Amino acid sequence: MAKMATIYIDNKPYTVKEGDNLLHACLSLGFDIPYFCWHPAMHSVGACRQCAVKQFKDENDTLGRIVMSCMTPAVEGTRISIDDEEVRAFRKSIIEFLMTNHPHDCPVCDEGGECHLQDMTVMTGHSYRRFRFKKRTYRNQYLGPFVNHEMNRCIQCYRCVRFYRDYAGGRDFGAFASHHHVYFGRHKEGALENEFSGNLVEICPTGVFTDKTFKRHYTRKWDLQTAPSVCVHCGLGCNTIPGERYGLLRRIQNRYNGAVNGYFLCDRGRFGYEFVNAERRIRQPLMKRSSLPVPREEVMQHLSRLIYFGARVIGIGSPRASLEGNFALRSLVGEDHFYTGVSAMDARLLEKIIMVLAKGPARSSSLAEAGAADAVFVLGEDVTNSAPLLALSLRQSVRLKPMEIDKRLHIPEWDDSAVRNAAQQEKRPLFVATPYRTKLEEVSTQAYHAAPDDLARLGFAVAHELDNRSPAVKGLPKKLHTLAEGIARVLSQAEHPLIVSGTGCGSEAVLESAANVAWALCRKNRSADLCFAVPECNSLGLALMGEGSVSDAFKAVHDGAVDTAIILENDLYLRAETEDVNSFFDKVRNVIVIDHSVTGTASKADVVVPAAAFAEGDGTLVNNEGRAQRFYQVFVPDRDIEESWRWLRDIMAASGRPGLKHWTGLDDIVQAMSNSIKAFKNIAESNVPAGYRITGQHIPRQPHRYSGRTAMHANISVVEPKPPEDKDSPLSFSMEGFSGQPPAGLIPRFWAPGWNSVQALNKFQSEVGGPLTGGDPGQRLFEPVQESTVSYFDEVPGAFSPRENELLLVRVYHIFGSEELSAMSPCIAESAPGPYIGLKPEDAELFQVSEGRDVRISINDKEYSLPVKYLPELPSGVGVLPAGLRGLEGLELPAWGRINNQAKG
Amino acid sequence: MERPLTGSMRPDGLPLSIKDYEDKGGYQAARKAVTGMSPKEVQDLAKDANLRGRGGAGFNTGMKWSFVPMGDSAPRPKYFVVNADEMEPGTFKDRMLMEGNPHQLIEGTIIAAYAIEADISYIFLRGEYKICEKRLAAAIAEAYSRHYLGKKIFGSGYNLEMRLHTSAGRYICGEETALLNSLEGKRAIPRARPPFPQVSGLWGKPTVVNNVETLCNVPHIINNGAEWYKGLSRSQYGGTKIYGVSGRVKTPGLWELPMGTTIREIIWEHARGMREGYQFRSVIPGGASTEFLTEEHLDVQMDFDSMQKAGSRLGTGTMIVIDDHTCPVGAVHNLEQFFARESCGWCTPCREGLPWIANILHAIENGQGRPEDLEILAQHTDSLWLNKTFCALAPGAMEPLRSALQIFREDFIRHIKEGKCTYGKNGNNLH
Amino acid sequence: MFTEKEKKELEKELSHYDYKRAACIEALKIVQRNRGWVSDDSILDIAEFLEMTPDELDGVATFYNLIFRRQVGSHVILICDSISCWVMRYEDILGYLQERLGIRPGETTADGKFTLLPVPCLGACDGAPAIMVDETLYINVNRALLDDILCACDRRQP
Ligand SMILES: Cc1cc2nc3c(=O)[nH]c(=O)nc-3n(C[C@H](O)[C@H](O)[C@H](O)COP(=O)(O)O)c2cc1C
Ligand code: SF4
Ligand code: FES
Repeated sequence: MAKMATIYIDNKPYTVKEGDNLLHACLSLGFDIPYFCWHPAMHSVGACRQCAVKQFKDENDTLGRIVMSCMTPAVEGTRISIDDEEVRAFRKSIIEFLMTNHPHDCPVCDEGGECHLQDMTVMTGHSYRRFRFKKRTYRNQYLGPFVNHEMNRCIQCYRCVRFYRDYAGGRDFGAFASHHHVYFGRHKEGALENEFSGNLVEICPTGVFTDKTFKRHYTRKWDLQTAPSVCVHCGLGCNTIPGERYGLLRRIQNRYNGAVNGYFLCDRGRFGYEFVNAERRIRQPLMKRSSLPVPREEVMQHLSRLIYFGARVIGIGSPRASLEGNFALRSLVGEDHFYTGVSAMDARLLEKIIMVLAKGPARSSSLAEAGAADAVFVLGEDVTNSAPLLALSLRQSVRLKPMEIDKRLHIPEWDDSAVRNAAQQEKRPLFVATPYRTKLEEVSTQAYHAAPDDLARLGFAVAHELDNRSPAVKGLPKKLHTLAEGIARVLSQAEHPLIVSGTGCGSEAVLESAANVAWALCRKNRSADLCFAVPECNSLGLALMGEGSVSDAFKAVHDGAVDTAIILENDLYLRAETEDVNSFFDKVRNVIVIDHSVTGTASKADVVVPAAAFAEGDGTLVNNEGRAQRFYQVFVPDRDIEESWRWLRDIMAASGRPGLKHWTGLDDIVQAMSNSIKAFKNIAESNVPAGYRITGQHIPRQPHRYSGRTAMHANISVVEPKPPEDKDSPLSFSMEGFSGQPPAGLIPRFWAPGWNSVQALNKFQSEVGGPLTGGDPGQRLFEPVQESTVSYFDEVPGAFSPRENELLLVRVYHIFGSEELSAMSPCIAESAPGPYIGLKPEDAELFQVSEGRDVRISINDKEYSLPVKYLPELPSGVGVLPAGLRGLEGLELPAWGRINNQAKG
Repeated sequence: MERPLTGSMRPDGLPLSIKDYEDKGGYQAARKAVTGMSPKEVQDLAKDANLRGRGGAGFNTGMKWSFVPMGDSAPRPKYFVVNADEMEPGTFKDRMLMEGNPHQLIEGTIIAAYAIEADISYIFLRGEYKICEKRLAAAIAEAYSRHYLGKKIFGSGYNLEMRLHTSAGRYICGEETALLNSLEGKRAIPRARPPFPQVSGLWGKPTVVNNVETLCNVPHIINNGAEWYKGLSRSQYGGTKIYGVSGRVKTPGLWELPMGTTIREIIWEHARGMREGYQFRSVIPGGASTEFLTEEHLDVQMDFDSMQKAGSRLGTGTMIVIDDHTCPVGAVHNLEQFFARESCGWCTPCREGLPWIANILHAIENGQGRPEDLEILAQHTDSLWLNKTFCALAPGAMEPLRSALQIFREDFIRHIKEGKCTYGKNGNNLH
Repeated sequence: MFTEKEKKELEKELSHYDYKRAACIEALKIVQRNRGWVSDDSILDIAEFLEMTPDELDGVATFYNLIFRRQVGSHVILICDSISCWVMRYEDILGYLQERLGIRPGETTADGKFTLLPVPCLGACDGAPAIMVDETLYINVNRALLDDILCACDRRQP
């Protein structure tokens, strides 16, 4: 427990955590103190001077002294005044200074209406302009497809550069010049390179950095209909707030979850949403024999004929669909005919992960916990590209080392510059072992590059060092042994070591070795955590539900037992090789696809029904931690779009299948799920039932200033339509309802009186920077078995040996391009690389190819021609191919590829 | 009158060679300290001598050293930094000390570094001081060649490296924490205190920063003791002070005089009074960031406390005389223009307030002032005052403005009322 | 790319610091001494040499008065505009310089010979007004002295 102190604010006593800075303490107590440079995740630097309060020595001191609350610790007996006249005048003068150069362009500024500077200006009471001289002006820069730059609005709070460089580790951005010409931008115009650049939009307290995708279909914040949601672009399940108007999804903002993403999102998560608005959307049912969309009734009739009782129907689920959708499909076709729809390899890997997390002694860590680890071993995963926000967390864990120095020097941990000065280059340990060089290595203690089998051997060796009951690795080279020893030593000295791995390099052995390391630590009484990156937003949830992979489904078809296949939100061409998928389609008589976007699979279907995208429906996703999280419908989509589970329920009803279920709302299906699948027993625990009301009221999706409601449909009818009803949640599609704070999982937007910007979030937390009031949302589905007797994995693979004229090909991930849905969004597509093959220059020379030239390579008897990219740090005999990029989908890696270019000699 | 700092300098302005310096007793003090005294004894001696910093803030030097963690458990390396950035307008004393006798500074630095058991010393020299750069570089090389620097100096167990760093122009680099950032190759933004540099300074390691003149005093204190040193002065603070005068006096220049010499004596005896046709109007006593003083203060002693009592500061001890043909509004405008341009841009009041102030003063000077301007200026002097800004640059900038608004109130009002400067075309003066 | 001479000078500076980036101001100055100014390309070269990013280095370079990020003339005239020089009417010599060179402060003559830059106090207040031309300080500057200085510059090849 933190030590508490009594402090006096305007002569009234309050209890706060001792040592916290006064700004943090006062905001947590609910006081309003204006600020700019301070940020709860990036702490204090004392630059803007906005957060001034008056401090008194004791109760007899009437003069007092102005201090910056963000730079002053709260100690027992601290006496301050927020209200003191002199300090109020000073705070007002700071705003007045800032406004001397700030353009008065709020009406045309994207930030208008959710601008922290506006809020603070109103808060301090500065309203009359006295500055009569010319304003300074700047030139803006092109910063790429995500972020817009408007430097004239800058108030030089330095938050952007502190986030971009210090927090996110970005390098291509900085502060330039001095005095009142300080400039924030890039050395040269060009796209921002950091994966977290989009956070500048929320970090910047004014409109310097704004969301460029939002700009193209801009709407004021108060005209956005919003609901709590969960990101669908990787397995971490960051919480988001999508905003809609007129049926168009307009933007994504961060939704704070203290246990998951905290204040930040990655650029894929923030800007990947535009697939929802894309041309490729399926908006009405389609049938192969008709070139026009087909009315719903007709489709239902047709479907009921296909799925008549007794027809042999299989269902292929999807890791990017909700639990409810998958469960409905499983209910329709029966457990035995349900396939999870992931590749055979992913199925094996995910099954292993679940086994490790649910049966072993090591706990799966949340992102927040990962950020607090004191020694990290990354085994086989390129987290920056496959689970971006985990990389951001790990960067913070590395930074924690200084805290120990700070304690010695009595530097409070919130004194950001002092912490950095004292720490200099010192870091907490982070070991990264991956096939290719990953970005996280910039901050690592040591990195190791090897083929997956060798990575696993390193893992096994580390585990063996920690506990000799874990199997030994035979024939380990001396250097590797030393490395393993070193890693084992550091991990065993840590209090909260973390082992990170994942499905990235496609190796079960790697997962097993990671598990062994964590288990060995647990058996040494360390609270070792495991964090596995999984590919998709519901990979883990789906794996908890069923087993069969796409290949099993194919096999079922080849065995001749299937009339109809229902494919749920899944593009099989991404899961298996094209030929196999094609022959599957040839064999199945009827293919029904339920999806929101046209994919290769949808275009093969006999019937396609339009599914809701994440913003158009509700559902549950289980993230890599095993945390079930609810996402809520943001808006009612047009035409026939419906949640997959509703389609499936109706199909079931129409076909008179025995599984017929009377699910009216989401609560019913969730209840059914929790009754029938053990892993989901507690799934509804953190959910609020649809019937929940606060003082009899709904929670409105529309802000109370939502405008134009009566005119929105005036072109159709001047009669204001009744807002659609929501059967699934306590949220309403209207602006009427309870305006106070809803339960944490139901917060549709952050707003509080006087706080129109994202900073209103302070008012929703139990303590600034802490959990949301009432606890962070989400429900962990499994916990480790404390006294687990599970035995160590004991199949240590042999050392990798390169083959002549062949390469072992492993996947390389790209944050932009490797994920299916975001890749349909134009700005992400623009940022994705083209297909290529990454080779070690020495290997390339052997095959007589050079950078940029094409290499011809056969993988599983299929030839690919790909331009070469040099990756000097690859192990020899290993090549990489980008995951999920056009032309390479469906390739199951690792696999051996034969080089067909003329080899030397 | 003893002039320990400058007495031995050559009249032709050329620097003392190491041989000349040694012949005059040079490096004896360093030898004595390093081989015959403990670091603590050196610290105490400086404390006893009541040596106060000559860089502007006037902190007790021995006390400053005593905050450094000492002994085997102290973090290493420790750094000693010489502040030779001298960019305060009107200030030119350190240049003379470095040009005339670079070895004196080196010796003082060796002793001071020894007092805190520093491993590495840097001289942070402003980039425009080209002659200093050459002479210091040569002198450092000479000192190395005699093993006064490097490993096991004076045959003791003490090692000290010395490196010359030249800056690239920016007044804020003289602020000791901004200086440290600059030395680390970062933007020269000041750092918040605590932690103080003595605890977490250069590269996070214990560091002391001292001014050139401060350090030049040190060898003499070691050689002659605290009592002698105190006896040099006419006030309670030890030693002599390099005073300077610029402006329309007969012989502008620098003089080493007992600490506590009066303003009158400095201007009329040493600078030989005002030039023909010019009357004394006021004086900025200690560099640009000190408050204006007038006729009534001429008999104030130029030392830390007396100046404070008179409502100003000793600052760097180099004064700028304003004569009766010089427009005080123009003078203040010039000063604030300087500060606005030299703000580092880190904190709001300084970055945004100073240009506003300079704008208003420019307007007033050019006859476009408005009656409310004086009130706005007065408010700004408040908002840019101590504790309210991040470092002392902005409060320093407010000192001359604050006093000018009182002392020269009539001038300001006349400018605004008459819509022009009454001192001549360019605002400055009549010939 | 650095010349051999530059490389030697850079290596020497590096040896003075425990951390590479600490040598960045010296490195910028070395390049400026050799090339007259610091171009975007120079920034890239120096940054690579010091293992800094261009953005970091440029953030430092643009902070300082005496790092020229734009091309300057073969002779750079720094004219002190601070208080002592102002009292001693530096504006007269500034006016004269502007007239003779046909440029305003901050500009470079069309023939690329002279750049005129106002700078803060040069620390020569007892010799006000003071100017500095190509690293040489001149004090008590008047029109006649200016004529001589400009003349000498004309003769001297940069
Ligand atoms: C804006 C500003 C500029 C300064 N410039 C200088 C300077 O050029 N030289 C100097 O010695 N001290 C300067 N100082 C004072 C230093 O911060 C520091 O107090 C001094 O170097 C300490 O040395 P001392 O104790 O020997 O006086 C400056 C302070 C400020 C706030
Ligand atoms: S007062 Fe503020 S802006 Fe001014 S120099 Fe100091 S830190 Fe920089
Ligand atoms: S928030 Fe405290 S100084 Fe900026």
